[in-house]
Amino acid sequence: MAIVGRACLLIALGLCVYGAGASIRGARTGDEAWIASGRRALFAVAGVVAIAFVILEVAFLHSDFHYTVVATHSSTTTPWYYRMAAMWSSQEGSLLLWMFLLTAWSSVAMLVIGRRMRDVVPYATAVLLGFGAFFASLLIFTAQPFARVALAPTEGTGLNPLLRHPSMMIHPVMLYSGYTLFAVPFAFAIGALIVRRVDSEWIRATRFYTLGAWLALSIGVLLGARWSYAELGWGGYWAWDPVENASLLPWLTGTAFLHSAMVQEKRGMLKVWNASLVLATGILCIIGTFLVRSGILDSIHAFVQEGNAIAWSFTSLICVLIVVSVYLVVSRRGDALRSEATLDSALSREAIFLANNVVLVAIAFVVFWGTFFPLISEAVTGTKSAVGPPWFDQYIVPLALVLVLLTGIGPVVAWRRSTFARLWLQMRGPVVVAVLVTVLALALTDAAHNLKAVALFAIASFAISIAVQELWRGTRARQAMTGSGPARAFVTLIARNRRRYGGYVVHIGIAVMFVGVAASTAFQHKQIVRLRPSQSATVGGYRFTYLKPTARIEQRAGELERISLGSKIRVTKDGKLVTVLSPNRGYYPVNAPFVGVLTRYFEGDSTSEIGLKAGAVRDLWIAQRPDIASLTPIIKQGDALFARAAKAGLPRATQAVLLGQALRGLVRRYETHAPPAQFTILVSPMVFWLWIGALILVAGGLTAAWPSGGGGVRDRVRSSTSARVARDLGRAPATS
Amino acid sequence: MDPARKRRIRLVVALSAALLLAGALAYTSFNASSDAVTPSRLLASATPGRSYQLTGKVVAGSIQDHRDGISFRVRDRTGTAAVPVAYSGTVPDTFRDGREIIITVRKHGSGYAGERDSLITKCPSKFSDKPATPAGSQT
Repeated sequence: MAIVGRACLLIALGLCVYGAGASIRGARTGDEAWIASGRRALFAVAGVVAIAFVILEVAFLHSDFHYTVVATHSSTTTPWYYRMAAMWSSQEGSLLLWMFLLTAWSSVAMLVIGRRMRDVVPYATAVLLGFGAFFASLLIFTAQPFARVALAPTEGTGLNPLLRHPSMMIHPVMLYSGYTLFAVPFAFAIGALIVRRVDSEWIRATRFYTLGAWLALSIGVLLGARWSYAELGWGGYWAWDPVENASLLPWLTGTAFLHSAMVQEKRGMLKVWNASLVLATGILCIIGTFLVRSGILDSIHAFVQEGNAIAWSFTSLICVLIVVSVYLVVSRRGDALRSEATLDSALSREAIFLANNVVLVAIAFVVFWGTFFPLISEAVTGTKSAVGPPWFDQYIVPLALVLVLLTGIGPVVAWRRSTFARLWLQMRGPVVVAVLVTVLALALTDAAHNLKAVALFAIASFAISIAVQELWRGTRARQAMTGSGPARAFVTLIARNRRRYGGYVVHIGIAVMFVGVAASTAFQHKQIVRLRPSQSATVGGYRFTYLKPTARIEQRAGELERISLGSKIRVTKDGKLVTVLSPNRGYYPVNAPFVGVLTRYFEGDSTSEIGLKAGAVRDLWIAQRPDIASLTPIIKQGDALFARAAKAGLPRATQAVLLGQALRGLVRRYETHAPPAQFTILVSPMVFWLWIGALILVAGGLTAAWPSGGGGVRDRVRSSTSARVARDLGRAPATS
Repeated sequence: MDPARKRRIRLVVALSAALLLAGALAYTSFNASSDAVTPSRLLASATPGRSYQLTGKVVAGSIQDHRDGISFRVRDRTGTAAVPVAYSGTVPDTFRDGREIIITVRKHGSGYAGERDSLITKCPSKFSDKPATPAGSQT
């Protein structure tokens, strides 16, 4: 089947080139037949790439080690669901996933909006097929997923144990869905700029894809954070690593665009800004992929050594995209991108949106600068230098405070012009809540020593109160208008204006997440201790006692999957039992015949399974690093014995039995003579709320992105009436 | 006020703010950064008190556990020049012999002290030095 897969990629490349050419010819001549042909080429590309994708997935599922990429990234002992995900842990499979998602999402977009904006669509099709041609070329000439070997190894290398986590099955798919969905508004923006039709139509036509991209990217980033917290054994969820930052950059500019697009739709303003933002977001998506795939910056996640061919290909593509984008924006600045209105007042919703955009772009610029600083410093001084998390924090924390504040203010400021008196009427309740939260935080906790965190609690509670107040008033307005119950009124309120109220729910989610981040970083207790069984350590008022070591052999499909060495840790507070945690570390065998028979079970990859007691107030988190040095002499002895047995011609079956006995002996030895182990212990307050906030954000994003049903105009009229009634209710005395 | 003048003032204010931010970024990043160095460069030109971001591979058999942390040697990606590093802090799961690491260090006596929690290890499955193609490759 490999040859079919390769053929699919060749056909895809041919179709991409043809389709792009046909679309441009159709656009130039106005010939509908060429335009339709270009669009059909896009659908055909999606079809053949899907076939290639399925062929490689089947190879992974069947552990067909004739495929180099399967042999080097999967094994028979890898569970089937992780075998599926193993495909995108490889460079080749990952690029094929990109291509698959790009062509699939592009086809969906063209099916839905291909018959609107007839002048823009052919150029958008050409851009999307241009991306397709780029990735098809990479898959054909540089990173070949269908490369095969004549003599397949009996066993594969296996998927890195660190990636054996449910988040990792979805995280890359979500990130790439975000990147590839952003290609749709990018392509339409290019098309709209070429034909000088930069009104709000292209924004409306691609809104669903922009929201979908933003949501997918959000889910991808959050799953990555969760994986880091639960799997990497350091207890953090964000480290300002270049690859993490790469996914954050388009999210930031995409978020800014989602807000400023509303200003263009409503007032016909910010056209240059919107076009620039969406083009920048598209380019940042490519830069994100480039950063991960090229290894140009030192990162925990770099896939390949620097200086590879992929880096040059991506650099060329990015340069072309930047030149074309800058040319189109600058050349259309004087006519097609001219604003239809001006800012009436600094106290208007459009001004707040603009301020929110400036802050988001400033954050994106800081992240970009810090991420690419090694390259910048090398260009300036000739020496590669890097900045660490404290550098990022000193800029991001104050900017985030302003952003959350604007998130709160935005929904209650009227379009065009507002007044301070009117604003105060809307904000007085939330301001009281913020003051109360500040006083309670200072009085009841030890938050006084971190005023930045206290400020964030206050601002976040203000933003949450505003959003809740808006939802509450909207519900009351619907109740007043329809006479329905509160639950029904709430549901219909959101259903009838999903974008607006979904957005408010997202605001709540973001504010809740900030509370979780601020509390868990500012008030976290962390200690790294070395304990023997029965010894204790006290962290953050909790006593962690190493009760006993644990050790077991875990099997899958009759084969040893890993040896797990861990412990039972009793956690008490003021003498009362809180929980018993069971952290352990799994040692996966390495598939290397030159390594000793026993050594191979301890020389492979190993990964922490953390002990976690999550709670609304605090998380108790512990990871263990057993010291297996004491087992090393026994392991080496065993290696020598097995080598002699093999030399003496001991039957394989007997060797296997003896190996099983030896491993069980080693495991028992660890349990009975446990050496001291290193424990990383964290007591993190309110980290739980980071994940709850994330869920709220996703729920709000889904609500906003969900395609609306039929009566759009009628619903918009009704909901704007509701909003007006809600504002009136806000102005009415509290007893009304 | 004349709208055109108002626009000009807004533009000047916005550009000034952007320039200020860019200037602050440039200044603080050059001040707060650590040079990325290899073990051989560190051996040749390390200045006491200054921090460096050391990149290299963990020398096989050099990792030792101590009460207050671990010690190990880091060598060039290609080559044999190596430096001893003492480190206390979180040790990533992927840290072991032969792994490529990045750690922030300062010169301390004849060796180097790693900054707490600064040790990161390249993720192995996501990191591959051009995988060796088995014999009989048909690519």
